[in-house]
Amino acid sequence: MTTPVPSVVPAPTPKPNALFEYLLRLGDDRLILGHRLSEWCGHGPILEEDIALANVSLDLLGQATILLRMAGEVEGQGRTEDTLAYFRDAVEFRNCQLVELPRGDFAFTIARQFLFDVYDVVLLDALTSSNNTELAAVAAKSLKEARYHVRHSGEWMLKLGDGTDESHRRVQTAVDSLWRFTTELFAPDVVDAELHAAGIAPDLAALQPKWDTLVREVLERATLTTPANVVRPSRARGGRTGAHTEHLGHLLAEMQIVARSHPGASW
Amino acid sequence: MIRALGAATRDEVLAVLDTVMDPEVPVLSVRELGIVRDVLVDDRGGVTVVVTPTYSGCPAIQVIEHDILEALARAGYSDAKVRTTYSPAWTTDWIPEPARAKLKAYGIAPPGRSGEAGGLVQLMRARQAPPCPYCDSRDTEIRSEFGSTACKSVCWCRSCRQPFEEFKAI
Repeated sequence: MTTPVPSVVPAPTPKPNALFEYLLRLGDDRLILGHRLSEWCGHGPILEEDIALANVSLDLLGQATILLRMAGEVEGQGRTEDTLAYFRDAVEFRNCQLVELPRGDFAFTIARQFLFDVYDVVLLDALTSSNNTELAAVAAKSLKEARYHVRHSGEWMLKLGDGTDESHRRVQTAVDSLWRFTTELFAPDVVDAELHAAGIAPDLAALQPKWDTLVREVLERATLTTPANVVRPSRARGGRTGAHTEHLGHLLAEMQIVARSHPGASW
Repeated sequence: MIRALGAATRDEVLAVLDTVMDPEVPVLSVRELGIVRDVLVDDRGGVTVVVTPTYSGCPAIQVIEHDILEALARAGYSDAKVRTTYSPAWTTDWIPEPARAKLKAYGIAPPGRSGEAGGLVQLMRARQAPPCPYCDSRDTEIRSEFGSTACKSVCWCRSCRQPFEEFKAI
């Protein structure tokens, strides 16, 4: 007896490892950027900013905890959010390179945050209609937080860009040097395609025009020049597949040293 | 009969939860804050409290879970469990009016409505700064939308010339 051919072709079910990879990308972006922001704790230019950056960092680390926990559950190998954060090497991290760059001066931190925050609200907004209900719920929650983040970094872009000659120069320099790292955000690969086909993730390339419009609008109001677009790099060389700048290893060394020196310790 | 027993247990557990205060805002119970979403009683009398965090990274959530389990253990529910849910996402709109009055009396301006007007990215703050919880003046400003905890912003009253916190709408 042969199996009857179904008249309706069911939506392709993504392989578990594609969802695992995708959750790592979402979680690692937040873990690494959250760590970079935490480096400002005690070093902010004014007290309010010190507190604000620590708050944003905390939100991102909280989101990372949830997403990496989900990744561990999807993988089914018993890895927890802590195992994934502390016991992977740089090549196993799936964050974009944008978030791992050293924090630089305040203008650099704000410009990087702004470029990421706009990407984040656009992406999270789309993920709220994911057919993975758990991911949609986490996205809806994170989006509320991300709206506060982008308002904070966006207002600072206006203040710095339309501020003094020096603040303008510094933030323009930051935008110029960060720009090439933003193309990686919108370069879909096989993981994105598979999850998009399954209704779990949005079409990454379709999000770019929204990001472009929002970013250009703010840069213009901040009297800043939007850099010329660069050739889209191949995803094969990006952070999403484990190719990182030299800076990630240094960050991980600091972030992971305690957990690796005392494996299994608790307090 | 079993059903009635379950309902009685649920009411008793809810009454215990009314006594568990938020560690950061100790004038409000975890129920008043909307952190407790449900209490489930299975047919063997096992109790599960469903909670949702305020912010994703709120460090108080672990303390809150601990406090809930401790209060329930004291009331005789030593095998109670706490489960976390993320949907629907927590909103300050769940804080009822009497709890808002308690916040104000404690010196924290209660949250406004969380409605997200306009487009995806609203750079300029559309909302007014809240009235001062101390002197009720409307001559106030928001100094920073990020305060001493994830859920509070920092404001300044030009009338009584002192800073105050606002429970920010989300």
